[in-house]
Amino acid sequence: MPRPELQAPPEIFYNETEARKYTTSSRIIEVQARISTRALELLNLPSDGIPRLLLDIGCGSGLSGETLSENGHHWIGYDISQSMLNIALEREAEGDLLLSDVGQGLGMRPGVIDGAISISAVQWLCYADKSSHEPRARLKAFFGSLYRCLARGARAVLQLYSENMDQSEMIMKAAMRAGFAGGVVVDYPHSTKARKAYLVLTCGPSSMQTSLPKGKGEDCEDCSDGDESDDDNSETVGIYDRHRPTKRLKLNKKKGKGKAWLLKKKEQMRNKGYTVPPDTKYTGRKRKNHF
Amino acid sequence: MRLLTHNMLACNIKGVTNGYPLGLEAEKWVEKEVDFNADFLRGVFPKIEWRALVGAARALGFPDLLPEDAPDPSVLSSSDDFLRRFHRALLELHVEEGALVCPETGRRFPISKGIPNMLLHEDEV
Repeated sequence: MPRPELQAPPEIFYNETEARKYTTSSRIIEVQARISTRALELLNLPSDGIPRLLLDIGCGSGLSGETLSENGHHWIGYDISQSMLNIALEREAEGDLLLSDVGQGLGMRPGVIDGAISISAVQWLCYADKSSHEPRARLKAFFGSLYRCLARGARAVLQLYSENMDQSEMIMKAAMRAGFAGGVVVDYPHSTKARKAYLVLTCGPSSMQTSLPKGKGEDCEDCSDGDESDDDNSETVGIYDRHRPTKRLKLNKKKGKGKAWLLKKKEQMRNKGYTVPPDTKYTGRKRKNHF
Repeated sequence: MRLLTHNMLACNIKGVTNGYPLGLEAEKWVEKEVDFNADFLRGVFPKIEWRALVGAARALGFPDLLPEDAPDPSVLSSSDDFLRRFHRALLELHVEEGALVCPETGRRFPISKGIPNMLLHEDEV
């Protein structure tokens, strides 16, 4: 399937049908919940049990916000798709929702937010969907306003699916230019499906606290016994190769429907009153190869 | 939209220097109960623009829910009644329908079903 970023701008792509998937598909819900739990973990909020004010950038239907609410935090969600926000209202998301384009800046007062998460959203900023869009300028506006609104020492964790190296570099550079310190944490780097890249950014100068956490499953052993790999194994891999000799494929095929099936059919026809040849030892046998 | 969010939002139009606080026009509002947490309120108190919060509460028709001037932070640990009022104003009052108005340009950001539409036109970016 082509990447959604290449199909249409986010406010068009996430229409009624696409948004509906986010309430009906239990797999999407589960994956989103798992990613947002991990993002919250990487956010490394002080463990004193005090609720914080967080941002959820590209909150969509509020699935990631649900994880934040479960942990007691208050959050403000940004999204550009009205359909997705309607779903969030349906799901009774506890945070406040804003219909907004983060490429235009967040529009928050400086220094008031304790942390920000974003699940699979920021890569959308790399695409110019309108003639007025300039990806670099939009990334600059986004990261600049994010830096301003975060409190000193606060973190932002952005999970993203970048299309290629150039794209992740562009996002990374824009973040660094805005003044963030940090880097990329990759979970399960050896798996194609479970691999997730998180951009972990810290507001303010780098210090001991800004050292990056380690990604999950970086060693191969961890990769195999993590729960992620379970569904990797159950997945069957189909190889379609047109140069493969067709003979081998034919060998695996069953030859006909078998003698038992044939006899049953003949019996049925006899009962209906048709004239059917008698059953002999030749019934259901393959004919000889004549010239 | 809660008044907490209103308190954090500023106008985002390019060239606007004095885009805070956004004026609040409330046509419809609801009250939803939220778990009371004193620690959160104490943590968020220094970040709140008091005048803006009082103004927003007034726009919803609560002129005397909060004191006119920002109280001393010591009241947070002494007065439970104040904390309750602060909690109600900040987290429980939701604006459902209405608009946010930029104080400098007068641009209106409509609020529908509790979601403010903060999308800017191309010439405002």
